[in-house]
Amino acid sequence: MSHPIQAAEFLQDQAKSKWHDETLWFVRDKRDKISKSVPEWENLRDLASQIKDNVLANLGSYLEEFEKNAKANNIHVHWAKDSEEHNRIVLGILKEKRCKAIVKSKSILTEECHLNPYLEKNGIEVVDTDLGERIVQFLNQAPSHIVLPAIHLKKRDISEIFHEKLHTEKGNEDPDYLTHAARIHLREKFLSAKVAITGVNFGVAETGEFVVCTNEGNADMGVHLADVHIACMGIEKIIPKRAHLGVFLRLLARSATGQSVTNYTSHFRSPSPGKEIHIVLVDNGRTAQLARPKFKNSLKCIRCGACMNTCPIYRRSGGFSYESTVPGPIGSILSPGIDLQKHSSLPFASTLCGSCTDVCPVKINIHEQLYEWRQEITKAQPDRAKSLAMKIANGVFAVPFAYNLSGNMMRGALKILPDSITYSGLNTWGKQRDLPELPKESFKDWYKKNRK
Amino acid sequence: MPENKIKIGLFIPCYVDQFYPKVAIATLELLEKLGCQVKYPMGQTCCGQPMANAGYERDTIATTRHFIRIFKDFDYVVAPSGSCVLHVKEHAPVIAGMEKEQAELHDKIFELTEFLTDILKIGNIKGSFPHRVGFHASCHGQRGLRLSSSSELHQTPFNKAKQLMVNLEGLEWVELERKDECCGFGGTFAVSEEALSIQMGKDRLADHQEHQVEILTGGDMSCIMHLQGIAKRNGNPIQFKHIAEILNEAIS
Amino acid sequence: MSSRDLILSKIKAVPLAAKKLPIIPEFEFEGDLKARFIASIQANKGEVISKADLLGLLASGVFEKVYSRIEDFSSFTNIRITEDAHQLNDLNLAIIRGQFGVAENGAIWLEDQDMGLRALPFITEHLVIVLDSANLVGNMHQAYDMIGLQESGFGLFLAGPSKTADIEQSLVIGAHGAKSLRVVFM
Repeated sequence: MSHPIQAAEFLQDQAKSKWHDETLWFVRDKRDKISKSVPEWENLRDLASQIKDNVLANLGSYLEEFEKNAKANNIHVHWAKDSEEHNRIVLGILKEKRCKAIVKSKSILTEECHLNPYLEKNGIEVVDTDLGERIVQFLNQAPSHIVLPAIHLKKRDISEIFHEKLHTEKGNEDPDYLTHAARIHLREKFLSAKVAITGVNFGVAETGEFVVCTNEGNADMGVHLADVHIACMGIEKIIPKRAHLGVFLRLLARSATGQSVTNYTSHFRSPSPGKEIHIVLVDNGRTAQLARPKFKNSLKCIRCGACMNTCPIYRRSGGFSYESTVPGPIGSILSPGIDLQKHSSLPFASTLCGSCTDVCPVKINIHEQLYEWRQEITKAQPDRAKSLAMKIANGVFAVPFAYNLSGNMMRGALKILPDSITYSGLNTWGKQRDLPELPKESFKDWYKKNRK
Repeated sequence: MPENKIKIGLFIPCYVDQFYPKVAIATLELLEKLGCQVKYPMGQTCCGQPMANAGYERDTIATTRHFIRIFKDFDYVVAPSGSCVLHVKEHAPVIAGMEKEQAELHDKIFELTEFLTDILKIGNIKGSFPHRVGFHASCHGQRGLRLSSSSELHQTPFNKAKQLMVNLEGLEWVELERKDECCGFGGTFAVSEEALSIQMGKDRLADHQEHQVEILTGGDMSCIMHLQGIAKRNGNPIQFKHIAEILNEAIS
Repeated sequence: MSSRDLILSKIKAVPLAAKKLPIIPEFEFEGDLKARFIASIQANKGEVISKADLLGLLASGVFEKVYSRIEDFSSFTNIRITEDAHQLNDLNLAIIRGQFGVAENGAIWLEDQDMGLRALPFITEHLVIVLDSANLVGNMHQAYDMIGLQESGFGLFLAGPSKTADIEQSLVIGAHGAKSLRVVFM
């Protein structure tokens, strides 16, 4: 299904879609307020963007430096060219450790690689430990937002699934009560897991360390109790120096949720005595994106989710309407690079309003890349082009489209057609909107008469 | 400034020419009242924006070449539309052999309000407009041409349209809840994502209504056409005017 | 070709213009460090209490199992710490020392030597961090200047209790880790 169909479905439940819009707007508003409390905010965005420019220009050497330093710190470094290899590497470690159950904290990369179903197929129990992720896992869903995985659900939905899975009281929707139930349930999982998987927010080339940010503390609960920590990291997450963390950490949480920092920012440099850390460096289409000059900047993304919170489309269509691991504006410029055919409606799921670009902490020109993807998609998909042209021709924009030819014709047609035809199914513009009243004459005609 | 030397080419977006001649007339009269020498080149057509935003920038080469030819000899080109001006500046394809003219055009084409504030250096306009006015900041003017500060950015607040209107006698400027949220027009988006487009439009209208706006204005008739279309369909009594109409009425 | 070499060769094949690393300017912090730090900690749902308050809490017996890594309170330690963090599961209160705090966000820097077991500040039900008020910096740039290239195997900025807002964006304290954070200036 394409984005417009999914979006229309999401909008069917008016109360819920309104709640979704207002809740995410509230998050963006918090972000606005806290970003304006930092005098050098715009400087920081410039710096972050420039650091990432440097990273993309030297990605290979930073990765090698990172690998060398990580290895020197007793971290096992693996490389995966695609999602399949990533999953195989993870499974290989689990098999070697005879591990049948793992705990996993939030990692969009493992979602992208569809690690959970792969491991489950191979007999491994996977427990997502971020509360929002555990909730969607219970429901066999994917996260609908990269920072707020269960933002599409109401507490009633969560109460129901917890009643079923965790035997909480039926109808008790109190967030404190439900969170406490999850705490007890997940504490048990933390205590019994031998291997814990996390994502990575930043990998530091200079030190070979990597940083993981959470508010719940679930990543740390997992890895410090387990014997083995596997960290899955997209190759673009590398930054040159530890001092650069100062720039990115000042931007990340403020952009994501409007808080000054996440309550836990963990720097993993070497394993505790007797334990192991593995890091899997994953390409999975990133080098291909790097090779696309117009789109390589999308690799600067630090996955804060601010572009989702600000996007008037995302807020009103929900994360699932994008049918891609990373939804929203950033997803709409990343996903076509992975599968152009499947994701061809996404760059059109935007008014090019530019709010995503202005909110982005690393200054990715998101809306300009949406525009550029449109140019690519119409070349690659003549079918789509045709259907779109039809839609437009049927709408009021027939006028500018073939202005010289049909301008007067269109005005003439509007005048003589009865409302029943103008507002029929053929005319998408007119379904829920009146057409402008037709003036007696165009400006051009008026000008001829009234100016020399 | 201007002393009958500076020639302004009036660029009227095609749908304004066809559907909103009164906006074009107001723009022309306003500029004339402010002492400008304005000419409307008859040969002008669409700038190509709807095509380009739909993914067919490559098919707008002829349109763009024509546009440059029509407007290249003016000192300034002014249009009552941020969106079309942004297209000409940022998205028109490069025309081989006309690079110089195109670069000059980039620097001399202006949206109406920025032309008034930045080139004519008008601080505020003297006149009267005793109405409660809500301003819709169209995105392409807002974040593309930076006609007003973005709520996302940490910058000193400014708004060129507000600067021109706020001191008009009797005018009540309304501060909205979401001062720069998109209305959902978006060119082809209005039809390709119809459900979202309508919802966004309704939400924008609600913000104005909740603040008892009497007249909704803005710098782009495309957004206003969309909002007005929804308002009319739903029996919403709010009135709509382009900012050129308000300014032109105010000083007459 | 190994995947490593394949990835690196694909990167090398992309012609990319050189881009210099920017110089990070000195961003000064304006205002009172301690007042701002306290406000930040409170915004993160932690609190700042006095040593007397803490002693009072300890004496009241509300915390059954207590472990202090700080001498001033070590008389309250009533569990034996082993190498196995799992045994900390029923720990009610841990008291540790933080190296320094960051005023702009309330983050407190901890390394292996401060925690003993890395799980400690997470698994304990409640957490107290003792901080010297002379050890406050303004912002994260100054924080990383302070850390330099120290080589702790694990480093942590801890800025508040464990929290979540994953159920309808309602803030709940005590998701998985410590249900409270109290900071004591000494």
